[in-house]
Amino acid sequence: MISIKDVEHVALLARLTLTEDEKQIYSKQLSDILEHVHKLQDLNTDGIQPTAHVLPLKNVFREDRVGEHMPVDQVLANAPDRQDKFFKVPKIV
Amino acid sequence: MAQYEAVIGLEVHVELKTNTKIFCHSGTEFGADPNHHVCPVCLGLPGVLPVVNKKVVEHAIKAGLALNCQIAAFSKFDRKNYYYPDLPKNYQISQYDLPIAEHGCLEINVNGADKRIGITRVHMEEDAGKLVHQGTISTTPYSLVDYNRTGVPLIEIVSEPDMRSADEAVAYLEKLKAIIQYTGVSDCKMQEGSLRCDANISVRPVGQAELGTKAEIKNMNSFKALHKAVSYEIERQIEVLEDGEKVVQETRTWDEAQGETLSMRSKEEAHDYRYFPDPDLAPMVIARDWVEEIRAGLPELPDERRERFVSAYSLPEYDATVLTGTRELADYYEQCVELYNNPKLVSNWVMGDLARMMNISGQEIKNVRISPAQLAKMLELLDNGTISGKIAKTVFEEMFNTGKDPGQVIEEKELVQISDAGLIDKVVVEVIAANPKSVEDYRAGKEKAIGFLVGQVMKLTKGKANPGLVNELLKIKLDK
Amino acid sequence: MQLHYLTAHQLHDMLVSKQISAEELTRAVFDRIEQVEEKIRAYVTLTQERALNYARLVDKARLAGEALPLMAGIPVAIKDNMCTKGVRTTCASKILYNYIPPYNATVIERLNEARTVMVGKTNLDEFAMGSSCENSAFFTTCNPWDTNRVPGGSSGGSAAAVAAGETILALGSDTGGSIRQPASFCGVVGMKPTYGAVSRYGLVAYASSLDQIGPFARDVTDCAMLLNVICGHDPLDSTSVPYDVPDYTAFLTGDVKGVKIGVPREYMGEGIDPAVKEVIKKAIDVYTGLGVVVEETTLPHTEYALPAYYLIAPAEASSNLARYDGVRYGYRAKDAGDLVDMFMQTRSEGFGAEVKRRIMLGTYALSAGYYDAYYNKALKVRTLIKTDFDRAFEQFDLLLGPTAPVTSFKRGEKVDDPLQMYMVDICTLAVNLAGIPAISIPAGIVDNLPVGLQLIGRPFGEGDILRAAHAFEQNTDYHCKLPE
Repeated sequence: MISIKDVEHVALLARLTLTEDEKQIYSKQLSDILEHVHKLQDLNTDGIQPTAHVLPLKNVFREDRVGEHMPVDQVLANAPDRQDKFFKVPKIV
Repeated sequence: MAQYEAVIGLEVHVELKTNTKIFCHSGTEFGADPNHHVCPVCLGLPGVLPVVNKKVVEHAIKAGLALNCQIAAFSKFDRKNYYYPDLPKNYQISQYDLPIAEHGCLEINVNGADKRIGITRVHMEEDAGKLVHQGTISTTPYSLVDYNRTGVPLIEIVSEPDMRSADEAVAYLEKLKAIIQYTGVSDCKMQEGSLRCDANISVRPVGQAELGTKAEIKNMNSFKALHKAVSYEIERQIEVLEDGEKVVQETRTWDEAQGETLSMRSKEEAHDYRYFPDPDLAPMVIARDWVEEIRAGLPELPDERRERFVSAYSLPEYDATVLTGTRELADYYEQCVELYNNPKLVSNWVMGDLARMMNISGQEIKNVRISPAQLAKMLELLDNGTISGKIAKTVFEEMFNTGKDPGQVIEEKELVQISDAGLIDKVVVEVIAANPKSVEDYRAGKEKAIGFLVGQVMKLTKGKANPGLVNELLKIKLDK
Repeated sequence: MQLHYLTAHQLHDMLVSKQISAEELTRAVFDRIEQVEEKIRAYVTLTQERALNYARLVDKARLAGEALPLMAGIPVAIKDNMCTKGVRTTCASKILYNYIPPYNATVIERLNEARTVMVGKTNLDEFAMGSSCENSAFFTTCNPWDTNRVPGGSSGGSAAAVAAGETILALGSDTGGSIRQPASFCGVVGMKPTYGAVSRYGLVAYASSLDQIGPFARDVTDCAMLLNVICGHDPLDSTSVPYDVPDYTAFLTGDVKGVKIGVPREYMGEGIDPAVKEVIKKAIDVYTGLGVVVEETTLPHTEYALPAYYLIAPAEASSNLARYDGVRYGYRAKDAGDLVDMFMQTRSEGFGAEVKRRIMLGTYALSAGYYDAYYNKALKVRTLIKTDFDRAFEQFDLLLGPTAPVTSFKRGEKVDDPLQMYMVDICTLAVNLAGIPAISIPAGIVDNLPVGLQLIGRPFGEGDILRAAHAFEQNTDYHCKLPE
C-alpha cells in the first residue's frame, strides 16, 4: 500500500509537484500496480544472479582521443534561458 | 573535563589527467571559455550514450596500485541519482558496490611517529559542471551554468577513519598527493580543483569504542584550510558535548574568511541516491595481466625513493623526505647529482637556496629556470675555486632570475675568484698599511682582528678574492 | 496503380528501371498523406521540403549513372523519439515540444547513407510509454482499419503510417512490445531485433536495457531490407554488439522443411481472446503443411514477465527522464521562484500522467529500503525468464504465439486502468527482458481487424525468424489486406 505520504516523498525525489487529486490517484494506482508486482515475492530467487545486462558484453572502451566539440551557439541553441555563453537558471536557494 | 579523541576520515577527489572526458571525446583543458569543451554526450542531450575512456580505467588502476589496493577482477558503473543544475543528466555515473580498487593503505609520519592509514576504496566517476553566481549562492538573483568540467574523469579515494588529529589529516593528504603525482595520473592542483578534499569528523571520549556522530566538512581548498577546518571542527564538537548537547549528523562548509565551519541547511530531504547499475555501460572484467602490465609501468613511489636516497646518497632522513616530496623535485635532485657527485652539497643547495628562491617567487620546480645541469655546473665552478661560496649565492640568484649559464653570469658580472697570490698580496699590503690599529691588535694577541682585515681585502676585491688565500697571505705578513 | 501501397522491393525495381523517379514516389506518398492524414494523424512533424530535396538528389545521382544503394529513394517514416539533426524531435511530450537535436541518431545516419528519404516524424505514446498512442501529449493516432480504434503503441504512428500508405517503410522502437503490438493492430510487419543489433545512439531512452529500434514494413522482404540498413556495430553505443551482419534477404528461401517451432502454452492460455487463438491455430496448420515440426512447449516464468518489466522499465525510466528539467533544452515552467520550484513545476507541467506514473513507480522501486525487494528481485526474475527461453531454444528453432492477446481496442477503453493497459503487452514483454529478436506478421482478420502472429528467435537469429515469416507470407495473403 502506497500512502499519500509515500507518494509525496517519491514525488519530491522525482522532482514532481502533485495536486491533492493526483496524490489520491497515484496512491491508488501505484498500490494496485505494486500489488500485482508483489507476485514476484512468490518466486524463490535464492542463488539466482541478477541480470542487469542481457548481453555478455564487457570492457567496451574508447581511445583517449579528442573529437569535435560543439560551437557554443549550438550548445545553447535549445536553452530556455541564457546569458552570454552560459545557461541561466533561477537562484538555487 | 573528559579527554576526547577525534576520529577523522578523508574523501579525496582527484581529477585524472586525460585528453578527453570519461565518457565522451570532449577535451579537458583547464581554463577554456564557458561551455567550450562540450558535446552532445556531456551535455546530456536526449538520446546520447556514454562510452568509457580506457585511459581513465588505466589511470584508476595505476592509482589503486600505488595506494597498495587490490584491483577488482569485476567492476561496473552505477548511476547516482540526484538533481542539481551542474549535473546535466541529473544523475552522476559513478561506482557503487564494485569499485575499481579496494583495501589499500599509505604510511604517514607525524612528529617522528610512523602510522599506517587505511584506504577503503578508489572509484571512478564523472565530475559535475560549474555554477557561477553574482555574489554568494544565497544572495544571487540567478545562477549561470558552465558544463566544461562536466564529465572530466575523477577518482574518489576514501580513507578509513584512521586519523586522530589535524596534523595526521594533513600528513595523509600530503602523502596521498605525492603518491598520485608520482604516478602521473593527476596534477593534483588544489587551487585548480584537481585535488579536492572532504573530511568526516567525529569525537568521542578517550577509551570509548563506539564512534561519535560525524559531520562532513566540505570546501577546504588548501592544506592550511584542511588543518584549520579540522582543528576547528574538533573543538566545536568537543564544546557541543561538553555543553551536554549532541552533535548533529550533517554537512558543514568551511568558511575560510570567518575561520569556522557552517551548517549547510538545505530544504532537500535526506539523500536517497537510488544507485543502480548503469544499463548503458558494459561491466569491466579486469584481466590480471593488464593489472601486472600497469604495475610494471609504475614509477618508484615516494617511500621507496626516500629510502633509496638515504641508502644510495647517504642523506639524512630529513633531506630525503623533503627531496622526495614531489616527483619533480626528486627528479631534479637526481639529475643534478648525476652530473655533480656530491649528494649532500646538492641537497643543501636544493633544499636551501633553491627552495628559498622558489618560495619567494612562488614558483614550482617544473617552472624553475635553472636546469639541473646548470646547477651542477655552478657547483663545479665553486668546487674548482672559480667562484667563492659567497659569490656562488650571487651567481645562483642571477641564474634563477635569468636562466643564464653560470659561466655567462660570472663573465658578465666579472665574478671570477681571484686566486692570483701576487694580485691578492698587493691588496693585503695596502690593507695592512691602511689599518695600523687592527694590525696592532692582532699582534697584541687579539686574533679576531684578522677577520676585519680579511673583510677589508674582500671589500677591495669586490668579494672575488679567494678567502683561503687572503687568510694565508695576511697571516704570513702579520706574523713576520 | 497506387505507388504508396507498393513495397520497397517493388519500388526499387521501378526506380532502377526509371519507370518512376524518387521525386514522383515522394510526391505520391505526400499526396496520400494529404488525403488521409486528417483522419489517421500518424505524424507529429512532416518534412516534405527536405524529403523532396533528398529525392531529387537521388534522381540526379541515378541519372548521372552513380552506383546507388538498394534503398535509395525509398520513403521512410521515423518514430519521433529518434534524434534528427535540425528536425524537431518531441517524443510526443510537452517537455520536448520545441527541441531540435544538433545531431543524428546512428540509425538516421545509416538511413541517410542508404539514401532513403525521410517523410516525417511519427506519433507515439509520450516517451514510448504506452500501448495505444493515447499517451501522446499532442493527439491520438487512429487505426487505419477502424478510426475509432487505437493503432497500438507506443510506435502507433509508424504502424498506422505504413498501414495507411502514408509511407513505404518506418522505424519504431520496442521496449516491451512497442513495435510488434502496433504492427499486429495495424496489420503490418514489425520486428524487434536482438538487443545490441541496432545502435541505440540517438534513440531517446525510455528503458535502456530493453529499448531496441526496429523496422515496420508491408512484407517480410521489405523488413529484411530495412534490417540490412540499420543493423551493425556502433562504437557510440557501448551495448551495441560487434557482429557480422548477414544479408537478411538471403534467408528468404521459402524452405522451412524440418524447422522446429515451439508453441509456449502460456501464450495460448487464459487471457488470450479465443478468436485470436483461432487465428494462431490456423497459422500453426500452415506451418505444419510446410513441413515444419510444431510442438507445444513451456516458458514457465511467463506470468512474472509483466511484474518484472513494470519494475525494471520504470526504474530505468525514472533515471533516464531526470534530465528533463528546463535547464538546457525543452520546456521550462514560467515564474518559478527558485531552482527546485523550477525543476518541479517544469516536470509536473511538462510530463503527462503515464510518464509521471512510471517515474513515480521507478523512483519508488529504487528508493532506499526497496531496492532488494523490488528492483534487484526483478533483475533476478529476469534471469529466470531468460533461462526459460534458453531452455526452449535448446529444443526449438523458433517460438510462436499471438503478438497481442486482443485485436485493436476502442479509444478511451483502457486509459483509466493502467494495469488493464499493461496487460495488452503480456505476449511481448518477456522477449525484451530476454533481449531476443521477434517479429509480428499479419496472420488473419477478426471482425475486420488484423491479428498478428509473433515469431521469436534465438539471440541474433533474425535470419531464421525472417525465413519462417517469409514462408508463411508466401502461403497466405494476409499481408496484402488493406484497410478500407
